[in-house]
Amino acid sequence: MLKVKNINVYYDAIHAIKDVSFKVNEGEIVTLIGANGAGKTTILHTVSGLMKAKSGEISFQKQKIDHLEAHKLLQLGIAHVPEGRRVFAEMTVQENLELGAFTKKDKKAIKRNFEMVYEKFPRLKERRKQIAGTLSGGEQQMLAIGRALMSEPKLLLMDEPSMGLAPILVQEIFNIIKEINAAGTTILLVEQNANMALSIAHRAYVLETGKVVLEGNAKDLLGNDEVRKAYLG
Amino acid sequence: MDVLAKFLQQLINGIHVGSIYALIALGYTMVYGIIKLINFAHGDIIMMGAYFTFVCIVTFNLPIGVALITPVILCLLSGILIERVAYKPLRNSPRLSALITAIGVSFLLENVFFKKFGQNPIPFPQIINPSPISLGPLQISRITFITVLISVLLMILLDLFIKKTKPGKAMRAVSEDPGAAQLMGINVNSTISLTFATGSALGAVGGILYSIAYPLIDPFMGVMPGLKAFVAAVLGGIGIIPGAMLGGFIMGIAESLTKGYISSQLADAVVFGILIVVLSLKPSGLLGKNVKEKV
Ligand SMILES: Nc1ncnc2c1ncn2[C@@H]1O[C@H](COP(=O)(O)OP(=O)(O)OP(=O)(O)O)[C@@H](O)[C@H]1O
Ligand SMILES: [Mg+2]
Repeated sequence: MLKVKNINVYYDAIHAIKDVSFKVNEGEIVTLIGANGAGKTTILHTVSGLMKAKSGEISFQKQKIDHLEAHKLLQLGIAHVPEGRRVFAEMTVQENLELGAFTKKDKKAIKRNFEMVYEKFPRLKERRKQIAGTLSGGEQQMLAIGRALMSEPKLLLMDEPSMGLAPILVQEIFNIIKEINAAGTTILLVEQNANMALSIAHRAYVLETGKVVLEGNAKDLLGNDEVRKAYLG
Repeated sequence: MDVLAKFLQQLINGIHVGSIYALIALGYTMVYGIIKLINFAHGDIIMMGAYFTFVCIVTFNLPIGVALITPVILCLLSGILIERVAYKPLRNSPRLSALITAIGVSFLLENVFFKKFGQNPIPFPQIINPSPISLGPLQISRITFITVLISVLLMILLDLFIKKTKPGKAMRAVSEDPGAAQLMGINVNSTISLTFATGSALGAVGGILYSIAYPLIDPFMGVMPGLKAFVAAVLGGIGIIPGAMLGGFIMGIAESLTKGYISSQLADAVVFGILIVVLSLKPSGLLGKNVKEKV
């Protein structure tokens, strides 16, 4: 579904992503794991068009997308839950969700998606008139995920959804990710919490300073001694 | 009673000019909100609105409706053009470059109009019959009445536009986080254009109303009201729309009261003095947030 081939991404002179290739098949949860600064966020930003690769190719459902502007990708079916949530802090929960459906014209579908998100996150429904900046970290994460779901994406990019959350909430978020995937959405998940990510993913890629150093089935990596030592403590 | 009447008269004058400052201030604050640029050329949009109106009425003798709409549309397009040509290429440069460019654009516009129309002020045609309306002991000029009415109406419309419509919500989203807005499928470039268009259209209306109130126009006429409207925007909290409205009215009223009770020469000093006092007490402006909410 998503194919990334030999991309190189720079921040001015810093070569952040070096010849990275990976793919995500339809229906999968694929995770990219790696330490701080490995390049996970940069890769997601490149896929969703917020950054451009200097070389390499990205295609989605057989269509080349690496030249597209970021705002065009949502319409193709790629939604992105960014690192640090980035909800619109001065707007209400409901307005944030409306913005998630910004490209949708079909009023009925939008209404249906609101119901779907509120059912998944009853807490957001209770707080729909609340200003998003006053939500707790966990609620903001739910809002960021709900906002992305409003567009009914085919592929959902998620950047460290567990960051800064209490263990119970982390568990809850990962359960929700599994549910979203079970309902038919393909997921590319970036995590530092490798244990959790590998436990729900089908396949995984391990990144180290901008390079893919290991790839395989999530179960195999979970049992891999090297990975255990480096990332699972 | 006389004392009260005089006070009310000054107050009304202040609301009159304040509503114009508020309209102009909105353009500064909206543009600042979305691209963090102080658009120094905005004051010249006021001047352009005045000259375009003059040309429509005096040179081309257009019917009044057309002669008032055309300048607004021309200013709106100029706003979009200025952003595209002068500011967009600098969007990722240091802010100072864009600021200096804005000053450059301002000089350019002033000098183009200077070249075309000369330096001498020209009289602006009478558009509104100045005969007063009496409200009890008070005399309100028709000009004041119509100016305040139009300004308040436009501010209400702007507020509804920004709060309720999709493009309005896109503007707020881009102001808060352009990257996240793109992830929602919002086209940041066209949203920025829309912001310049809206701000410039309001500026044009402000320019026309200003010229009706002070009916002599010259190529540098936008500088003072532009500066005062900018101060109004900062006073209310730059980037905050209700702040620009509040700041505009405060500026106008302060100016008028100073003129009425202290001295005309001191009016500008008082107005800028207020800014200094407010900013030293509350650096982010009257409606500005001092601390960012947790994100
Ligand atoms: N705006 C920037 N300017 C310069 N270098 C950057 C910038 N953003 C990231 N980098 C560098 O690029 C590399 C990859 O960063 P990236 O944010 O993609 O890592 P990450 O894997 O997401 O890390 P984390 O787990 O901390 O979020 C790092 O070395 C980082 O310092
Ligand atoms: Mg990251």
